[in-house]
Amino acid sequence: MTQLALVIDLNVCVGCHACVTSCKQWNTSGAAGHLSDHDPYGENPLGVFFNRVQTYEVGQFPHTQTVHFPKSCLHCEQPPCVPVCPTGASYKRKQDGIVLVDSDKCIGCKYCAWACPYGAREFDADRGVMTKCTLCVDRLDDPSIPAAQRRPACVNACPTQARLFGDVHDPDSEVSRAIRERGGYTLMPELGTRPANHYLPRRAAPAE
Amino acid sequence: MRPAFSVLLLTTLIGCAQGLAVALAVPLLAGAGAQAGWLDFWRLGLGCVLVLGAAGLMASFAHLGRPERAWRAAAMWRTSWLSREVIVLPGFLGIAALSLLSLLMWQRWPLALAAPLVAAALLLWLCTAMIYASVRFLREWATPLTVVNFLLMGLASGGVLAACLALWRLPLQAGHYAQAAAAALVAALLGRSVAAWRVRRLEPAGSLQTAIGVASPAIRQISRGFTAAAFTTQEFFHGRTAVWVAAMRSGWVVLGFILPLTLLLLVPAPWRTVAWPVALVGHLLGLLAERWEFFAQVRHPQNRYVQAAL
Repeated sequence: MTQLALVIDLNVCVGCHACVTSCKQWNTSGAAGHLSDHDPYGENPLGVFFNRVQTYEVGQFPHTQTVHFPKSCLHCEQPPCVPVCPTGASYKRKQDGIVLVDSDKCIGCKYCAWACPYGAREFDADRGVMTKCTLCVDRLDDPSIPAAQRRPACVNACPTQARLFGDVHDPDSEVSRAIRERGGYTLMPELGTRPANHYLPRRAAPAE
Repeated sequence: MRPAFSVLLLTTLIGCAQGLAVALAVPLLAGAGAQAGWLDFWRLGLGCVLVLGAAGLMASFAHLGRPERAWRAAAMWRTSWLSREVIVLPGFLGIAALSLLSLLMWQRWPLALAAPLVAAALLLWLCTAMIYASVRFLREWATPLTVVNFLLMGLASGGVLAACLALWRLPLQAGHYAQAAAAALVAALLGRSVAAWRVRRLEPAGSLQTAIGVASPAIRQISRGFTAAAFTTQEFFHGRTAVWVAAMRSGWVVLGFILPLTLLLLVPAPWRTVAWPVALVGHLLGLLAERWEFFAQVRHPQNRYVQAAL
């Protein structure tokens, strides 16, 4: 069973937001329709993004670190957003484990967003449907795209290669090796959602 | 969480419809109906059940981004309590409509319709409440108390409405209905207060440390990565002041329970035609405030990701 996922290296993420903008660019232009922006240049802009980068300060001054933390849908292996969907629009694709929303079936009740503890889903008020990271499924499935580029737009865009992409169920894949060798972890594992996306923790700073 | 007004209306209105249906059917199941007046009372009452249910159904459509596809929501009844509610609600209203039809055409309400109506009302409370109680990460909701309180508040509001209708069309039974409604009001106030007390000690599921996977006790979000609003900053925060929240809480306690209890039990007979409808209006407004707080009290685990506004 394939489970595609992202593995994000927090050692090298510099918080440049290239993954955010490339995600928006690809997904607003793609087959699934635009990601709406309300009042984009005005006082109160409101837009749909599948991926956002947050920044945390960890530790007590002067011993602090700045952690840039990109977060998109984690494509859980036990996704709490899927069973609650009344229409079956929210589903986990069998062949590769990607959690998707069928925007032709979604009625926009927002129940899936309530059920997601990670805040990974964003409602698109223009289209009246729920949206989320698709791991750029329309890139993965498109044979006209060169094989090396057939990855999520964010992975292609990341200038520091902080984002790895692959099958976390294949023990020999680049992502599985990275998780195994570098202590890859998941978010809020105590909730039992078993996220597929992993994060690689900061390495200890070398002694001076 | 941000309370969705359409959902507040839906749950309050259909809860009242279910409670009224139970209040109408229980005397029949207990053998009433021989005396004159019951048929008229049942017709009026079942008419109210249908109006309230239809109004609730219409309110529910206002919650949807794509209301024209609402029929699809019946598909996933195997896994989704929302889907089950979508099936049971029209079923409940259908049985109520058949009951009214039978009363209008044949002047009788067969047990074969009244008993399933009560069963459908009970099942609908279970479905509605489990929509909330089954989201296990939202600890404020994930308790059997949610189911108990939806049931008790529905019985209370249906009971108060039944007492008002009885005062008008079945005066001999009005006192009994008022006593039953008062008992339901006391039980609902008790159940809801226990739930409110329980929430005071709850922490949202997960932790800031596991949310980003850093073990340090000192973590401070300094940027959420965008300066403007997003769905995640709007849907999961009610955005009201502490004063507003406190007003809502006192609102449901006083308007929703204390006032109707006082009016139902203490007002002398000549004043009841005014006092009991006031009790009903106050109670329903109070339940809207209660439902508002039911949503607003939820501190969603995802809020940890959007604390800093830069």
